Amino acid sequence: MAPETAYAPGWVHGVGLVLENHLRWYRRNWRATAISSVLQPLLFLLAFGLGFGSLVGSRAAAVTGGAEYLVWLAPALLAMSAVQTGAFEMSYPVLAGFKWRRTYEATTATPIGGGQVALGQLAFVAVKSVLTGAVSLLVIALFGGVRSVGVLGSLVAAVLTGAAVAALVMAFSASRQDEGAAFNALFRFVVLPMTLFSGTFFPIANLPAWVQPLAWVSPLWHGTELARWAAGVGPAGAGAVLGHVAYLLVLLGVGIALSVRLFVRRLGR
Amino acid sequence: MLRADPAVDEKLSGCPDSVPVMGEGLVRARGLRKSFGAFEAVRGIDVEVAPGEVFGFLGPNGAGKSSTMRMIACVSPRSAGELVVLGGDPDREGPRIRARLGVVPQLDNLDAELSVRENLEMYGRYFGLSRRHVRTKATELLDFAQLTERAGDKVDALSGGMKRRLTIARALVNEPELLLLDEPTTGLDPQARHLLWERLYRLKGEGVTQIITTHYMDEAEQLCDRLVVMDGGVIVAEGSPAELIERWSTREVLELRFPSDLPPPVWELEPHAERVELLPDRALLYVADGDRAQTAIHAAGVRPLSALVRRSSLEDVFLRLTGRTLVD
Repeated sequence: MAPETAYAPGWVHGVGLVLENHLRWYRRNWRATAISSVLQPLLFLLAFGLGFGSLVGSRAAAVTGGAEYLVWLAPALLAMSAVQTGAFEMSYPVLAGFKWRRTYEATTATPIGGGQVALGQLAFVAVKSVLTGAVSLLVIALFGGVRSVGVLGSLVAAVLTGAAVAALVMAFSASRQDEGAAFNALFRFVVLPMTLFSGTFFPIANLPAWVQPLAWVSPLWHGTELARWAAGVGPAGAGAVLGHVAYLLVLLGVGIALSVRLFVRRLGR
Repeated sequence: MLRADPAVDEKLSGCPDSVPVMGEGLVRARGLRKSFGAFEAVRGIDVEVAPGEVFGFLGPNGAGKSSTMRMIACVSPRSAGELVVLGGDPDREGPRIRARLGVVPQLDNLDAELSVRENLEMYGRYFGLSRRHVRTKATELLDFAQLTERAGDKVDALSGGMKRRLTIARALVNEPELLLLDEPTTGLDPQARHLLWERLYRLKGEGVTQIITTHYMDEAEQLCDRLVVMDGGVIVAEGSPAELIERWSTREVLELRFPSDLPPPVWELEPHAERVELLPDRALLYVADGDRAQTAIHAAGVRPLSALVRRSSLEDVFLRLTGRTLVD
């Protein structure tokens, strides 16, 4: 065999290798998750986009800026499913990496450190949400929910939103020794309300005034506004767009910083 | 006791070939400590491991073996003391040192949802090795682990012994200079253990330095050139298995069993042995000649339920040093 000596890959290279091995795993096991991650937005599309959309009919035009309800809903659905994927992928799977499958322990016995394990997994979740988002987009297009190529920009916004949520949930999971009721509480009291009150199905202006500040905090609302703007069905101006991007980037940065710190503490540098 | 001085270490290793050329071990610890909050798992140990030797940490659960191993593996920072692994400081050069280590953890952490071959290839990539290289290396390691026919199977489907062999093969993917094995045969049946030992001998023959933790005495006797006995976070003895037995035990042991409601008459046994240990279910007589002691005891009128003469083992050393048996 050609003489090749083991060495410690650089920091970014190491993150790339963690991503590569997640993708290797995904290539073998994608079927298990593909159904749920594409089926769920499809169900929402059928129920709200087509079912609810036909009920709303032309009255929707008042809030959608003239677009059909389905076209207005589509970018928001992308953001919503990216957030749900991001949150789920960073809950049980992260604790499994620490505790049940112990794959993190295996990885950090090599030159790879805890911080690289965290970032590699985050990169994987981002790649995964690009893939499932693209498939969802294709399905939405088949139902006539796409009017402009701007939805590709919506996909980017959705992935950014999903990554920000994923990074925060990853930090949360890394701080847990066992799941207890923590993940249930996270999904029931954070993720679910976030999907209902972030302007996905109706503008947050329709909410009581005292609830609206909750939406402003929600990363999904910022992501939804951004995704709609990209698809050309949102009212956001340039200033607001920058604000949404900045907010999501800050959350992403905070999530990454916390995750890296907690992973290094638990697994070593 | 007999730690601290490297000159003593060299003498103790008893095998001149394994004396380090550079005068410096692959692992060197001085006053090494590890605490978790108020609990101190490792309380100041001195260790030196020479190239090519198989070095053992022997002790019961909770003795501090695994904490020590994790510090050597550069995944757990030391709380105090000095530690040099492969010439580097684990705190500052962790990744570079880990690139030259092979680690076999106490619990298997293979990726159960990937194939046997994929586990090897995936792991090799973390050491900066090319795809082509890890493919060839995996084939070689599959042969070493006698898993060539299972290469395409998911790890889930393997037996415990096979998983263990795969974990060891995986630890060799980077051709490590130092292999760390934490309780390598715990939970394996005797046949699987012997097969694993045989593979470890082979590695020793190839010059791979190994550090093994175990709470199995027979394993330590089989595998280790030199070992330290740990108890409660400190080293209580150090030497080769033969030296330890010679120093802390007798050549033979006469094991006598008595009915549980009739405690053995110690005063009748003591004159016939250098030392007597009373365990709940039996008496151990430390003697030079077991058969002669048995005859003498019989002549004195002592009638045990059964009597067994065996060679002295590290188990006896441990009992002598700590006053306790090693129970799983």
